[in-house]
Amino acid sequence: MQHTWNFASVFAYWDVLLIGLWGTVYLFVLTCVIGLAGGLVVGMLRYSKNGWISYPARLYVEVFRNTPVLVQIIWFFFALPVVIGVEVSAFMAAFLGITLNTIAFSAEVFRGGIQSIEREQWEAGKAIGMSYAKTMRRIILPQALKRMLPPLTSRGIEVFKMSTLASVVAYPETLQQAKLIASYEYNPIEAYTVVAIMFFLVLLPMVQLTYLLERRFGKSD
Amino acid sequence: MTPAVEIRDLHKSFGDLHVLKGIDLDVQQGEAVVLLGSSGSGKSTLLRCINFMEEPNDGRIRINGDLIGAERGGKMVYRENELCKLRTRVGMVFQHFNLFPHMTVLENVMEGQVVVLGRSKAEARDKALAQLARVGLEEKAPEYPSRLSGGQKQRVAIARALAMDPEVMLFDEVTSALDPELVGEVLKTMRQLAEEGMTMVCVTHEIGFAYHVANKVCFLQDGQILEQGEPHKVLKTPETSRVRDFLDGHSLFKLPD
Ligand SMILES: Nc1ncnc2c1ncn2[C@@H]1O[C@H](COP(=O)(O)OP(=O)(O)O)[C@@H](O)[C@H]1O
Ligand SMILES: [Mg+2]
Repeated sequence: MQHTWNFASVFAYWDVLLIGLWGTVYLFVLTCVIGLAGGLVVGMLRYSKNGWISYPARLYVEVFRNTPVLVQIIWFFFALPVVIGVEVSAFMAAFLGITLNTIAFSAEVFRGGIQSIEREQWEAGKAIGMSYAKTMRRIILPQALKRMLPPLTSRGIEVFKMSTLASVVAYPETLQQAKLIASYEYNPIEAYTVVAIMFFLVLLPMVQLTYLLERRFGKSD
Repeated sequence: MTPAVEIRDLHKSFGDLHVLKGIDLDVQQGEAVVLLGSSGSGKSTLLRCINFMEEPNDGRIRINGDLIGAERGGKMVYRENELCKLRTRVGMVFQHFNLFPHMTVLENVMEGQVVVLGRSKAEARDKALAQLARVGLEEKAPEYPSRLSGGQKQRVAIARALAMDPEVMLFDEVTSALDPELVGEVLKTMRQLAEEGMTMVCVTHEIGFAYHVANKVCFLQDGQILEQGEPHKVLKTPETSRVRDFLDGHSLFKLPD
């Protein structure tokens, strides 16, 4: 099979791609930040000794960890409006799907990280008069965060790529915009090649940054 | 004089397991008391009740005259911030040091002073350096704990507890996890503290330390104090065969005649 590569037909739509890249970054930043912050909260609730708090948190985590994000996005877009009687935008559906999933994932990372700190560290804090909250904040969390950093940063990278799932409800992120170009110009091969390269160029420095971060925080032991 | 620690009819259970069965013990100010007893006799539990790492099920504990907790319907109830405050008055050193690995030696010794006592960073720093000098480790201040030997870690842990200006210090088998050649430096530090007049309660298997440093030795058996008294009496002429057998098991140490 012979194919004549024609990237000019893609680059002619650079402004369309730029809108897509902005859509990707926008979705990524919001889902990532709110997903991690929410994960910390749910992770703490999950760690609670009170079953009325920890059990619902656990249920939440299991529901969202064990269903595909793609299915969640489609569900929020098509089924949720029927349930609540309110229109759900493409952005909102994608945001909900990815964020709720990221909360569930990072909640487990936070809980696991906190639990991985030896009981003796709690005792040492307590023995110099620290309250539960002070021990958590000053002794446990700083050590736990260091252990959580690798899974959390790799989740961040994963979330960036997950943003392409939003194209299923036609949210204008990078992949969706490339689809658009391909449907005008009949150049899907070039269009999707450009998408892959764009993601690679953005993610490569981001991944290097996470390595740097992990090395910096791992210094004391 | 008011005892530094006064324990009356102390009981502690873990579920169905009755561990402490009515302990009465006075520790006078400036006194060093050593708790002996075989494994599982309740030594750690007794020590941990004194600073309320474990809450007693029954009994009264007074620290320099202050009754800890409030009586309500014949039972003692304890408020969390009262216990936090108490733990600044009663320091504890653990078998496994439990230093904070994400902080330098200096930060370890400053932490409680700043975060709990509310001292300024500058004051805490001066106090920390003074306590580190006291245990002979001033020059290790900027190091992380992972760079220290076991004996040095334990001396830092002692400095961390001392920096809170405690009225009583509790030591729970603080040399048991150390290589034999490092035991001496820690015992020496403890001996020096005792000579400086620090009130101490020590669980240890170092009979020599008990003999030479303690003012009083208590032998725990099955959650009760079987014998107590001056070290040369309890250790050289024990009244019960149980204590005699225990001491024979520690034949490494030969008491001077
Ligand atoms: N947190 C706990 N939960 C349940 N049982 C405990 C706990 N701590 C100690 N025990 C039990 O109490 C008994 C006395 O333990 P401990 O005070 O540690 O003895 P010692 O320090 O003299 O070896 C042991 O049987 C031990 O298993
Ligand atoms: Mg013990």
